[in-house]
Amino acid sequence: MPEVVTATLIDLAIIITKIVAFTFMVVLPLVPLSVYFERRFSAIIQDRVGPNRVGIPLTLFGAKKDFHLFGLVQPIADGLKLFLKEDFTPDHVRKAFYWLAPVLTVVPALITVCVVPFGPDVTLFGRTEKLVIADLDVGPLFIFAISSLTVYGITLAGWSSNSKFPFIGGVRSTAQMISYEICLGLSVIPVLLYFGDLNLNNIVQEQADNGWLLLPFWTDGKLSLPSLQTTLFMIPAFIAFIIFTVSIFAETNRMPFDLPECETELVGGYHTEYSSMKFAMFFMGEYAAMVIGSALIITLFLGGWSAGFGFDEAIANFSIGDFRIGGFIHVGIFLTKLLVFILFFILVRWTVPRFRYDQLMKLGWVIFFEAALINVFLAALIIAAPGMASTITVIGLILLAVVTAAIIWVAKVSEPPAKVLRA
Amino acid sequence: MSDTSPATAELKLPKDIAAEKGMVNVQIDGIWHQFPKGTRMIEACRKAKVDVPYYCYHPKLTVPGNCRMCLIQMGMPPRLAPGQDPTYDENGYQTIGWMPRPAISCANSIAENMGIRTTGELVEKCREGVMEFLLINHPLDCPICDQAGECRLQEQSVGFGRGVSRFVDMKVKKPKNVDIGPRIRLDDERCIMCSRCIRFMDEVAGDPVLGFTQRGTHTTLTVHPGRLLDNNYSLNTADICPVGALTSNDFRFQMRVWFLKETPSIDVNCGTGTNIVIHTRGDTIHRITPRQNDEVNSNWMPDSHRLNFHYIDGDSRLTDVLIKEDATHRPAAWPEAIAKTAEALSQFDPSKIAIIASARMTNEELFLVRALAGELKTDQFATVPREGENDGLLIAADRNPNTTGAKLVWNSSDPSASLSAIREGVRNGSIKALLVLGEDLTAEAGFTTEDLAKPEFIASVQLLAGATAEASDVVLPGAAFTEKRGSMVNLTGRLQRLNRAVEPQGQCRDDWEILRDLAAAVSGNKPDIFLIEDLFKKVAASTPAFEGLTLSKIGHLGTVVTETGYQIPLLTNERARAAAGIING
Amino acid sequence: MPTIKLTRPKLNVGEKIYFGALIKGFFLTMMHAVKSLRGKSYGAEGLASSGLGVTMQFPEQRWDDHMPEYYRGAPTLVTDEQGRERCVSCQLCEFICPPKAIKIIPSEIPSDDKWAKVEKRPFEFDIDMTRCIYCGMCEEVCPEQAIYLRKDYLITGTSRAEMVHDKKKLYEIGGVRVGLVNKWNELK
Repeated sequence: MPEVVTATLIDLAIIITKIVAFTFMVVLPLVPLSVYFERRFSAIIQDRVGPNRVGIPLTLFGAKKDFHLFGLVQPIADGLKLFLKEDFTPDHVRKAFYWLAPVLTVVPALITVCVVPFGPDVTLFGRTEKLVIADLDVGPLFIFAISSLTVYGITLAGWSSNSKFPFIGGVRSTAQMISYEICLGLSVIPVLLYFGDLNLNNIVQEQADNGWLLLPFWTDGKLSLPSLQTTLFMIPAFIAFIIFTVSIFAETNRMPFDLPECETELVGGYHTEYSSMKFAMFFMGEYAAMVIGSALIITLFLGGWSAGFGFDEAIANFSIGDFRIGGFIHVGIFLTKLLVFILFFILVRWTVPRFRYDQLMKLGWVIFFEAALINVFLAALIIAAPGMASTITVIGLILLAVVTAAIIWVAKVSEPPAKVLRA
Repeated sequence: MSDTSPATAELKLPKDIAAEKGMVNVQIDGIWHQFPKGTRMIEACRKAKVDVPYYCYHPKLTVPGNCRMCLIQMGMPPRLAPGQDPTYDENGYQTIGWMPRPAISCANSIAENMGIRTTGELVEKCREGVMEFLLINHPLDCPICDQAGECRLQEQSVGFGRGVSRFVDMKVKKPKNVDIGPRIRLDDERCIMCSRCIRFMDEVAGDPVLGFTQRGTHTTLTVHPGRLLDNNYSLNTADICPVGALTSNDFRFQMRVWFLKETPSIDVNCGTGTNIVIHTRGDTIHRITPRQNDEVNSNWMPDSHRLNFHYIDGDSRLTDVLIKEDATHRPAAWPEAIAKTAEALSQFDPSKIAIIASARMTNEELFLVRALAGELKTDQFATVPREGENDGLLIAADRNPNTTGAKLVWNSSDPSASLSAIREGVRNGSIKALLVLGEDLTAEAGFTTEDLAKPEFIASVQLLAGATAEASDVVLPGAAFTEKRGSMVNLTGRLQRLNRAVEPQGQCRDDWEILRDLAAAVSGNKPDIFLIEDLFKKVAASTPAFEGLTLSKIGHLGTVVTETGYQIPLLTNERARAAAGIING
Repeated sequence: MPTIKLTRPKLNVGEKIYFGALIKGFFLTMMHAVKSLRGKSYGAEGLASSGLGVTMQFPEQRWDDHMPEYYRGAPTLVTDEQGRERCVSCQLCEFICPPKAIKIIPSEIPSDDKWAKVEKRPFEFDIDMTRCIYCGMCEEVCPEQAIYLRKDYLITGTSRAEMVHDKKKLYEIGGVRVGLVNKWNELK
């Protein structure tokens, strides 16, 4: 066998291993895990217990007591239940699209996993491999491109169900996702300007070296106070973080933006007519999107796999023999951050009430869109300031202030007067 | 004209205006009314829609005035001193001087310028007192009493009683659960001594077996020594008993009355066509009671007719369509049976087919029988006469409920005329196919079991298993009288309605639907009537006597459609007594 | 119809930004989370919490000791101290029962029975526990003090037929109740 073929085969094997490992053994298990956390955490918030029974049914095999594992097996039982349920296709649906829709929601969410850096590179058997499936140089763009396909799944589900509640859910979802994708794209520009790179792995490496975007307290692996420019940049970075996070909430149809499937109005929203595994796919797609969204926020703003405070170099170089496996520790750090952020998602869901649809649209178009635009210029000004004459900087600042004031004024003036409510 | 009319109005007092019409003016609870002279106060109050409670009073019986529940306050104009002229108020009435003591309203007639108060402290106190006396010895039997729910004592205790008993002594014990007749159970403790039952048995049934013994609180209703309350009208005493003293053995502990749905209908046991109420719960008939119709049965009904409904859900009721194969019957479906019957009938020459219908069928069904005979091109169709004895009250000699209807619908003077010819035809073999509708031929029709073996084909619409059903090649289960709608004409020529109280059992269907489908199958057309209302319109169009009528226009009390000259004896008695002033009528 | 004019409350800038309220909300929910993890949720003690939140863990912990006097469990028929079945099948409970769970077929007490003077008793008395809503109307309406809601709350079955309590079962759960009014004891 020629050497080239062997090398290609090995490369292929490594890629498949990475795909299987990261997509099916890291992200997919996170879905039931986040479902479990969702139920358990919400229960605790509401002074309840939550699922704490389903474990290993040892009594079935003659033992005296079951091993209940704090109910961790509950999501598996739920999944099994959904799997065994009758897969009912109503008579009035458009079958092809009806069947396609759940796939279209879950697949894009899983594809985006491929550019998320789970850790730095590791060295095994003399080969150095990056802990990312595809080390693309257009990471964030790839994610936006693919995840915007999710909207097709939801729209198709709503439309093909041929029924009013799913239809309204689908339309709401389409409008909402398209609106918030703009904020999502605009808010991330300052970050990309700052790093000057679109490769997510490089962005994380940069943060590991010179401090996280929102926590820039070390330089070249040593603790130090940030420079003036970095400190100033924390303002646009923080604005970007908030817009980005809120937009991710909206993109993943999570509370408080879950209007496409709000139970009180639309029964189940776009998946009202779905049952069994097709429903489970929507469910999975939603949670997978949440996992990916969290991963993206962590990667861009909170240092990704980096442990921070100058420990990264040491951890990355941790090795047993020839195997430099410190990268796996970073994967652990990344997953920990991910879980914490997922818990934050859940906390928000059980704290904040649902927005009204007009409030949601106003927030997206009137506030976040303008704020993200101004934020781009502000970030650009801060980054460009050292290379420009101070007068130009000042003029730029004044211009920005005027434009901001003008936008606020326009927004205020265009607002309809407060309605008198009748009770 | 405008300036003269007040003067004339002033001259003519209300009493004069009323007197011209034979009426008198009476003030009831402050409002002036006019009633015919001689009306009882209680009837005047009823006509004025003022509620006066009573127990013993019954418009069809004499008035003993012994329950004292109908007490009212009465007033008359003060008696004039000699030479004094009466004074009139601006409306022309004299002032009423109210009497300080109450009067019973059932036994007193009204008079000119009389005043009646059915409210006020005096009347209310009196009623409360009467109720308290009545309840002193009344047992706490309501949970087990069949009358509960339709008990006047319960209703009026709530309406006029004081709610709490002040009686601390032992109640008087009297016989309970007394067997005074085959159909009636007596509970003397519950009796309030209204004597309605005694008067009924004496005046209406003409069999005075009931009476009171003892005195005071120990007064006991009892049956004459050596006699039983076994008259055929005895159950009417349970109907008129305002409490649960007399209850029906047949209905005893069957169902509480508040569960029962009431369907007005008519009785089909004789030509009188007694008006009845069918009491049902779900698809079970629990009892049948008479319904007041002063032109037919007054308020009464014979026991034999009233209790003749148990066969409807009895053991011998046919509920399946049956087709005979190899000498045994097998259950089948309706389309198959109809098709088989139509096919079998069409194989015979019309002269060999005969239809024996029943005068127990409704006008609509008889109309379809004639239509079916037309389709089969046979003129051999007849009803079966059913004669009994006239009991001199309500039961007519003609025990068929719709003989008059058959005459009218078939336009023949004797619908059963050709029955003997058919019978002969069956015997001598000239009739090969027989369609029997609702009759068991071995009973009144005079056939024998051997006769029934002779025709090649018998199809029958049957209610109950019997010799005819056994001999039939196709048995079509029909509906009982409580299960169908339709109309019948009684012996006096009154068109009356049957109403559906329960759903037909099992596979049973309305007879008119069976006949319609049979006629359609014979002719090869599709059925075109789907509502009994439409069918009645067709009947009315082809029957001159029913012209312009619809099923709903008949009304609950019926409509006279022809004059027959027949008199119901009980009504004759009643009218004579009313004319003599013995009862209010 | 009276018309009341309402205006939205005026919000200041801080309130309009909404973040303050958000943080307050997070604080509140987290407080609850911490409290329930420590088993100190409001009312946890009174409800015999299992340690997490206020919930009682059912098969291991039971309601029984915490049941209030007025608890309405399964409806049952009772006999009195003389062993007489108190029900006379007046069917008032059947009438009042909102979900129509009760079905009674009355019968006459034979004349040789000790309690023949009561005349009437149920032949069949079925309560469909899949229908029963435990409202207690039957107990309230009963003129004979014959039907009582007992504290049995674990009414389970593996089939619909099993969930229909017949007369025998109802007397079995109901048992004997003493101190009731015995109006049928009067001399008759």
